[in-house]
Amino acid sequence: MMSKNRRDASAGHFSRRSFLSSLGAAGVVATAGPMVAAAHAAPMAPVAEAPAETIEGAVPVSLRVNGKELDLHIDPRTSLLDCLRETVSLTGTKKGCDHGQCGACTVHVNGRRINSCLTLAVMHEGDEITTIEGLGQPGSLHPMQASFVKHDGYQCGYCTSGQIMSAVALLKEKCGPSDADVKELMSGNICRCGAYPNIVAAIQEVRQQA
Amino acid sequence: METFTYTRATGVPMAIEAAAQSQAKFIAGGTTLLDLMKLNVERPSQLVDINRLPLDQVEKLPDGRLRIGATVRNSDLAHHPAVESDYSVLSQALLSGASAQLRNMATTGGNLLQRTRCMYFRNEAMACNKRAPGSGCAAIEGDNRTLAILGTSKDCIATNPSDMNVALTALEATIHIQGARGERNVAIGDFFLVPGSTPQRENVLEPGDLITYVTLPAPKAGSKQIYLKLRDRASYEFALSSAAIVAVVSNGKLDFVRVALGGVATKPWRSLEAEKVLHGKAADEKVFREAAEAALHSAQPQSENGFKVQLAKRCITHALTLATA
Repeated sequence: MMSKNRRDASAGHFSRRSFLSSLGAAGVVATAGPMVAAAHAAPMAPVAEAPAETIEGAVPVSLRVNGKELDLHIDPRTSLLDCLRETVSLTGTKKGCDHGQCGACTVHVNGRRINSCLTLAVMHEGDEITTIEGLGQPGSLHPMQASFVKHDGYQCGYCTSGQIMSAVALLKEKCGPSDADVKELMSGNICRCGAYPNIVAAIQEVRQQA
Repeated sequence: METFTYTRATGVPMAIEAAAQSQAKFIAGGTTLLDLMKLNVERPSQLVDINRLPLDQVEKLPDGRLRIGATVRNSDLAHHPAVESDYSVLSQALLSGASAQLRNMATTGGNLLQRTRCMYFRNEAMACNKRAPGSGCAAIEGDNRTLAILGTSKDCIATNPSDMNVALTALEATIHIQGARGERNVAIGDFFLVPGSTPQRENVLEPGDLITYVTLPAPKAGSKQIYLKLRDRASYEFALSSAAIVAVVSNGKLDFVRVALGGVATKPWRSLEAEKVLHGKAADEKVFREAAEAALHSAQPQSENGFKVQLAKRCITHALTLATA
């Protein structure tokens, strides 16, 4: 995902994501001429490839993210959320409140949904972690992603990856048939835009098809 | 967040040894601890990860008791067949708490140690005797709408936020502890401490003590169990008032009853006063109202939480009605 974005950026066809991340890497240069600097910024080396000694007190951890084995060196304070976003460069998982109150950071660990902001990455040695990127991709969407598109289950989209990760986990949980049952089990995912009726409709359609 | 060393424990003795140094904390689900570490309210110098300890099973013991491992997740406990059928008040309480994601993380031992949601405790700029002993209590003259009316002191009015603990109190659970000086068992009624002049001490655990199991007595035959939770939102909100009831009615009379309250007290609150009124009496609304009056008799409301007195009475009365219907 990231390497594709970087290719796009160097070719001049940059996405919002590659633009923003290149902007961060380009730093001062970007301030002088943001558009040009971003478009020609050198690809940013993932932090994961940096030698361990560059992070003081870093510890080794092996994570399995979206089926891929990753050997990382991280500060033990790193939340799973920050590790996914900053170290592994999987930015589909969002940081909202960072205190387990909003659900934007929801990922699956060993098939169960959790708030990735309230757990340390080092606690997940050997665990199977799935993020929104591992669920589906443009052209091969997970049925829940497709249903959110069909029912317009979002407005700004910031909470959407967390909503979808929760909704997919809900399919395997004990949940009654009614909309109220779905709302109860989705209450840990806040949508500030208020797309709730469409989110519930998207989830119910997938449940009825299953 | 301050730095810490991280140790993953593979056995109970190793965990206890690793946590022997001061400022060490055990971490399981992390849902309370990491939240408070990000706020600089908790500042452990060492974290001992107990997630890989063999304490993740729910087992029926030969004598009929149920033994729950300290690292059993709230969601797994709530949906365990034995809990659903024999201890439904616990299942109801667990499912009324937090969100599905948090219930997949939070553990039995961790929930016993859940810290208060008092906003003055959570903000290091504020006076709080629980966080910084001797600094005062900003809540007493402050925004105290959600805070406690039972078990308070002039030094602390923080509410115990747990739903699970209220159900465990009504079920008369026992907490099993292992520490440097060996093993001991503590009845849940003796486990939690009211704040008094030492609100920083919330329970009887000593440094390095590890909760290993919680046991529940053999199921009470013929009992009906209810957890009723009243709150500002329909879901994903802490209780303003809650009641856990275990009741056995025969020939219209209350043969057995346990009443525990949440959201209104500084610790999970067993109301022996309500139980005394109810025992042996007819299961009717007049008696329930008398019990509710008795339960709130010693309530000490603050400037903004006076409504909780009436709310808690109605919560008890309604929960008793549901449990005896």
